[in-house]
Amino acid sequence: MDVIKVPVVEEILSANDQLAVANRELLDANKVFGVNIMSSPGSGKTSTIVATQERLKDSLRLGMVDGDIATTIDADRAAEAGMQAVQINTGGNCHLDAVMVSQGIRSLKLEDLDLMIIENVGNLICPSSFKLGTHISVLIASVPEGADKPYKYPPMYRGVDAVIINKIDVLPYFDFDMDYFVKGVEMLNPGVKSFPISNKTGEGLDAWADWLYEQVAAYQQSAAE
Amino acid sequence: MHELPVTESILTIALRYAEREHATSISDLYLVIGDLSSIVDESVQFYWDIISRDTIAEGATLHFERTPMQMVCFDCGKTYRPEPGTLSCPGCGSTIVQVAGGEDFRLEAITVEKDENTEKANEAAPSVDGVIEET
Repeated sequence: MDVIKVPVVEEILSANDQLAVANRELLDANKVFGVNIMSSPGSGKTSTIVATQERLKDSLRLGMVDGDIATTIDADRAAEAGMQAVQINTGGNCHLDAVMVSQGIRSLKLEDLDLMIIENVGNLICPSSFKLGTHISVLIASVPEGADKPYKYPPMYRGVDAVIINKIDVLPYFDFDMDYFVKGVEMLNPGVKSFPISNKTGEGLDAWADWLYEQVAAYQQSAAE
Repeated sequence: MHELPVTESILTIALRYAEREHATSISDLYLVIGDLSSIVDESVQFYWDIISRDTIAEGATLHFERTPMQMVCFDCGKTYRPEPGTLSCPGCGSTIVQVAGGEDFRLEAITVEKDENTEKANEAAPSVDGVIEET
């Protein structure tokens, strides 16, 4: 009997990463810009997506893939707002992975879309490990969650392209130290875009939607070249 | 919560490499997991004991090498492990810093056992990986 040590040096989630690449290729083949939105439960993912649709619907065709452990409430809200929406029930899974997203993407009419937003499962830990194949990732934090979240959940703040701080209308009622929050985000992810917004009052939403529109436009321009 | 799919991936990769070596069993797996990877070792071990059953990796020992979260300060050059609730440089207080370690998440190596007879048989019949012979 021989005993040998075999070098492997392979990323543990390499299979997921490869599927994420395939998802990206499918989106690119249809010139659809993909966005992965992550946050804790109740921070306003669906509200932000619906508000984004309201601001961009005249210039872009939006679709939504929603991951939830149960119910179609979120996808229904997006569909009501006029988006192509598909619901993935994760059956208790705490995150979306590239396989689930692949199924979701394939049930959308990609040729009729410019922008596909994935609403990940509400969770500040698990979704950060799983690449989905989108072009950008966005994290939504909200004032009631507290300003210490970047310090407590650093992986989530790494590798996102924008951070939205929702519910700024309730800032007067919470001891939310915006400076501490923003500094934490900046230290984990230097140069990341941040957008303070309120889905209640609409404050800040135009700036977010304008930025997102610019990302999609730049993508479509480079895809056309 | 997501340790199950992670553990399944570890098993899949290990079995793939063991098969390449024509191994008869896997005795050890060496994992390098950064503290920023949100993985609980005990939880991986728990799932491992269940999903490795009836495979050649059953009973294999999982070795976890933990790499700590590290940051580097651009102002004074110090490399440090941040204290809970802080991220800024403990040396000069700067916030112009960057994460410099702790994001590892890989299977580094496995130890396998090979049956000498199997090995000889393999030598006699060169590897035909990926080739399906038509009869």
